[in-house]
Amino acid sequence: MMVLLRRRDDLVCQQVVELVSDYLEGALPRSERKRFERHLRACPNCTAYLEQMRVTIATAGRLTPDDLSPEAREEFTDLFRSWRADGPGAPD
Amino acid sequence: MESDVELLARLRDGDEQAFVTLVGRYQGSLLRVARTFVPSDAVAEEVVQDTWMGVVRGVDRFEGRSSFKTWLFRILVNRARTSGVREHRHVSIDSTEPAVGPDRFDGNGAWAEPLSPWESDVDDRLVAASWGPALRAAIDGLPGRQREVVLLRDVEGLPSDDVCEVLGITEGNQRVLLHRGRSRLRTVLESELQTRGR
Ligand SMILES: [Zn+2]
Repeated sequence: MMVLLRRRDDLVCQQVVELVSDYLEGALPRSERKRFERHLRACPNCTAYLEQMRVTIATAGRLTPDDLSPEAREEFTDLFRSWRADGPGAPD
Repeated sequence: MESDVELLARLRDGDEQAFVTLVGRYQGSLLRVARTFVPSDAVAEEVVQDTWMGVVRGVDRFEGRSSFKTWLFRILVNRARTSGVREHRHVSIDSTEPAVGPDRFDGNGAWAEPLSPWESDVDDRLVAASWGPALRAAIDGLPGRQREVVLLRDVEGLPSDDVCEVLGITEGNQRVLLHRGRSRLRTVLESELQTRGR
């Protein structure tokens, strides 16, 4: 009986992909997380999907800042001098 | 690489090299986030310049209760808002946009075609320098609100609480925006992989 209820309760892949962020953010309630993980154990496709999302996020975190052009460096050096010369104002 | 805190200490002492290093570190990110609030690159540049002025003049008031990054983006978002160009907080979140197109699933909601993992590609392919531009373009193509959340959370790595505070959104809204944004980026990387051939 329990087994039958559980099975009816199982997530399908299309639902899993909508829960991935909540899962990664640790925002799924315990019972929901267990259902999610149960699906993953049985589904190599959703396991691959989750991995792809992890890679996507990690890749975004490794983007390097664009280099500042020499002109911009010079401009900001000048700005810095003028702002310091003005003394501390009330920026907010 | 010197930490933000170290650079900030030097900045307090009036070290212009430290300032320019910080600008180099965050200018691109600031411009991208600013651009989600204002209608043109020119206005975004003004807002960002204004933000740096706020940093130089307010550095003594920075108490380190949040990270420098969070403080920096808080100044930016305040400047962007007071520049009064766009108030977009009330725009509703489209929660119907699916993470993955419905055509990818069969009638039972299972994947119609098998999905291959990317693990083997991570080192040599995805993270290779050639991926930067593709992902950058994909992020630039996200709708504004998804873009700002993805930039702050995933690119800059701000904690979730800080992102909510800086943008003035709820935890729940942030997760929805992040989910849509990340899902779109994954789709772009997936098609990029297919285009390049495996
Ligand atoms: Zn599945």
